[in-house]
Amino acid sequence: MDEPLVLIDGLTKRFGPGQRPAIERLTTRIEPGRVTGLVGPDGAGKTTLLRLIAGLLLPDEGRLAVCGFNTAADIGEIRRVVAYMPQRFGLYEDLTVLENLTLYADLRAVVGRERQEAFERLLTFTDLARFSDRLAGALSGGMKQKLGLACALVRKPRLLLLDEPSVGVDPISRRELWQMVYALVDQGIGVVWSTAYLDEAERCPEALLLSEGRLLYGGPPTELTHRAAGRTYAIREMEGDRRAILARALGRPEVMDGVIQGRSVRLLLAEGAEPPRPENVEAGAHAQVVPVPPRFEDAFMILLGGARANSPFAALARQNTVDGAVVEASVLTRRFGRFVAADRISFSVRSGEIFGLLGPNGAGKSTTFKMLCGLLRPSSGTAWVTGVDLATAPGLARARLGYMAQRFSLYADLSVQQNLDFFAGIYGLSVRAGREATARMVETFDLTPYLAASAGLLPLGFKQRLALACAVLHDPDVLFLDEPTSGVDPRTRREFWAHINAMVERGVTVMVTTHFMEEAEYCDRIGLVYRGQLIASGSPDELKVQARSATAADPTLEDAFIALIEAYDRKAAA
Amino acid sequence: MIRRHDPGRALGLRIWGLIRKETRQVARDPSSVLIAVVLPLLLLVLFGYGVSFDPRRISIGLVVEQPTAETGSFTTSLRSVRFFDVRTSRDRRAFEAALVAGRLNGIVVLEADFAGRAARGDTAPIQVIVDGSDPNNADLVRNYIQGAWANWLEQEALSLGQQTHPPVVLAPRVWFNPGVSSHHYLVPGSIAIILTLIGALLTALVVAREWERGTMEALLATPVGVLELLIGKLVPYFALGLGAMALSVATAVLLFEVPFRGSFLLLALVGAVFLFTALGQGLLLSTVTRNQLAASHGALLSAFLPAFIFSGFVFEINSMPWPLPWISTVVPARYFISSLQTLFLAGNVTSVIGLDLLAMALIGSVFFALTALKTKTRLE
Repeated sequence: MDEPLVLIDGLTKRFGPGQRPAIERLTTRIEPGRVTGLVGPDGAGKTTLLRLIAGLLLPDEGRLAVCGFNTAADIGEIRRVVAYMPQRFGLYEDLTVLENLTLYADLRAVVGRERQEAFERLLTFTDLARFSDRLAGALSGGMKQKLGLACALVRKPRLLLLDEPSVGVDPISRRELWQMVYALVDQGIGVVWSTAYLDEAERCPEALLLSEGRLLYGGPPTELTHRAAGRTYAIREMEGDRRAILARALGRPEVMDGVIQGRSVRLLLAEGAEPPRPENVEAGAHAQVVPVPPRFEDAFMILLGGARANSPFAALARQNTVDGAVVEASVLTRRFGRFVAADRISFSVRSGEIFGLLGPNGAGKSTTFKMLCGLLRPSSGTAWVTGVDLATAPGLARARLGYMAQRFSLYADLSVQQNLDFFAGIYGLSVRAGREATARMVETFDLTPYLAASAGLLPLGFKQRLALACAVLHDPDVLFLDEPTSGVDPRTRREFWAHINAMVERGVTVMVTTHFMEEAEYCDRIGLVYRGQLIASGSPDELKVQARSATAADPTLEDAFIALIEAYDRKAAA
Repeated sequence: MIRRHDPGRALGLRIWGLIRKETRQVARDPSSVLIAVVLPLLLLVLFGYGVSFDPRRISIGLVVEQPTAETGSFTTSLRSVRFFDVRTSRDRRAFEAALVAGRLNGIVVLEADFAGRAARGDTAPIQVIVDGSDPNNADLVRNYIQGAWANWLEQEALSLGQQTHPPVVLAPRVWFNPGVSSHHYLVPGSIAIILTLIGALLTALVVAREWERGTMEALLATPVGVLELLIGKLVPYFALGLGAMALSVATAVLLFEVPFRGSFLLLALVGAVFLFTALGQGLLLSTVTRNQLAASHGALLSAFLPAFIFSGFVFEINSMPWPLPWISTVVPARYFISSLQTLFLAGNVTSVIGLDLLAMALIGSVFFALTALKTKTRLE
């Protein structure tokens, strides 16, 4: 097993003249018999690299050999030995589970007894046998993912390429998927697993870290993580405002990076630096700064050069805070036909709080979210925003809230100035107020050099700033964020949350939906939505305590999430 | 059991697998049933009942300023024309307002000395006023009244015992469509429009859909080849198109009583060759655009509209100004309509149909060659 499965030497791929190459002078090798994690934020070039390996794209420069075959000349051989599961699984949603499998068996010439055995094996392996007559479109995200995997495995490949298999999959299915992939590796299949979640790299014996088309690191992730050894600390038992403590910590020269983790603040120090003392960051008399094990993300931040993001919002005047609940849901229910998407959901959010709705795809968090920002009418129950009933005065309520859709959706072919002017217009600001508001945003977010540039061509960090600027142009009391930073590189994500934290300090209330654990850690309180119901709520730390068991003394939020859902399922089954 | 080194059977299996998959999708997709069954019936009923170039009832106001025996016999003669709905009055002002309001298509004025002028053989013994804002109708009314007038003159002469000697006697005989019914050529023509829609629009949608939903990427990563993909797409829609054609022909013959004088075998051949070109066009569009919206717009603009305008279905190609007749030579529907009208109304005129078949096969081959060139087993 000395021969590498994939040999990549000086590989470059461009999609257009004048554009940054999607893959630039990449040299690495992928070994058989293990899972190789292809890790990097969106736009790093992961999909392009997988397509190049699968022979779906041809390299512009460099050498690429897959299982000893050239992807340009020996395409027939490549198609036989490589299995590829694209994003969105490549399934026919109007065919049943079995019909999908049959198609791929036909295409890969698996017939007769061999086909029978393969189907039995795969349906057992994926636990889909019960659903073999169900249309693929009617499966949950996790089950679609498993079916996609089964279709790719109809004939046993030598190399299996998985493009972001964990996107849109709940943590339980994600864990099952990993177990399945490990089982495949035991059968001698080489697997490449691409992901934007850095924590998934830690599950791979080998990781390739991509950023902007270049290889930042290739090798065992532990080795990279080791570079952050001795530089990661947590401030525990803090008193006072954790967001202010984080901001003070990030202002110190020895701190390279910091994130909020429930009631703690986690810090990454500059090389050779001593950790700050609790009194340096005014963390309270009982606070302790304790060393914690480093993570892959810490190492990535070191490679990226750290992120000491300070939000200009911190400098702005404090807004009026509203007394009482700013967002309140009272037995909110929404039915689509006979399907209950949201079932008697109640909670309330105080002024200056970050509240997160966490849950697997299709659990009902988006439905709840849409009812709260007036995009969807509840079947029964009431939603209030700043004390205004969304059912009776939706216009008034909406004027008090700002909404930022998934992944910074803006008008890509309008300029920055035009985007701002447009949003000022639809928020109903007068010409003068609009001009003042846009000028304030341009100054706050440092957008002056980009005013005339098309929004679609902005660097990611500036796109994010502009999207946020457009959402808060009218000084809303509540900001709604829909999966704001999933798939974004950690530096851009830090900057985004620095803005959000600064706004919260000024009294803005924030509602977030996410299935992304790190985003959930930023929340003051989380509501866990599952099968249309709010099955648990509390601070991240409280949820973790609920999941504490003999086997998991210090559970992560993801462990807590899985434990709570499993407990719910057990109760429902009983 | 197939061994891996049996490429022939593996190829057959792949094509069969794709056809089976596509057929299942067609059967489950309500839009394909809509386009293949509901749309043909709708279009046929529309063209069969709704569109007609035959004269309808024409309202004529007849002004008789001074009733005499002659005016009486002219009125009777006018009334006997089956398209005319004649109202009479002694004052033309009563009709002028009705003409302006569009309630009358024309006014015929017989002046007080009508009898005398008619007897003298004046050039304009009667006055005809028509509504020129609708030139088609105006022409029609003028011609019919002229015919009625000539008829009446002849009758008068006969009844007076005079012998007229027209230099030429016109004895018209209309071939193929003796009743000159526009249904008889519109209904076969609409079959071509229907097949254009099924062939080009439906296939344009289905390949683009594979790109949009990301299934094409998964297909391309398997050992499937370009030709296999094309055949897999083609066969089910080809069958669907032939089915729709059978339905349309049956409706035309049984419901609209359009005569069918050719052979059904030849019709099937002509339909198959036309479907080949339409499917080729649809495949080419969706392969190039990879986007359902663009592909369907492309199909409407490049297949449906030309089939409607440049095929001779509604607008006579021979009366088009240069260079439009030239454009029409690359519109496959033109040849299909020519063959259809021939088969329905004239019979197996092989000299016409043979040329049509050749032209369609040529156009279709070009579409397929381009599609095969543009379809790649890679994403680039």
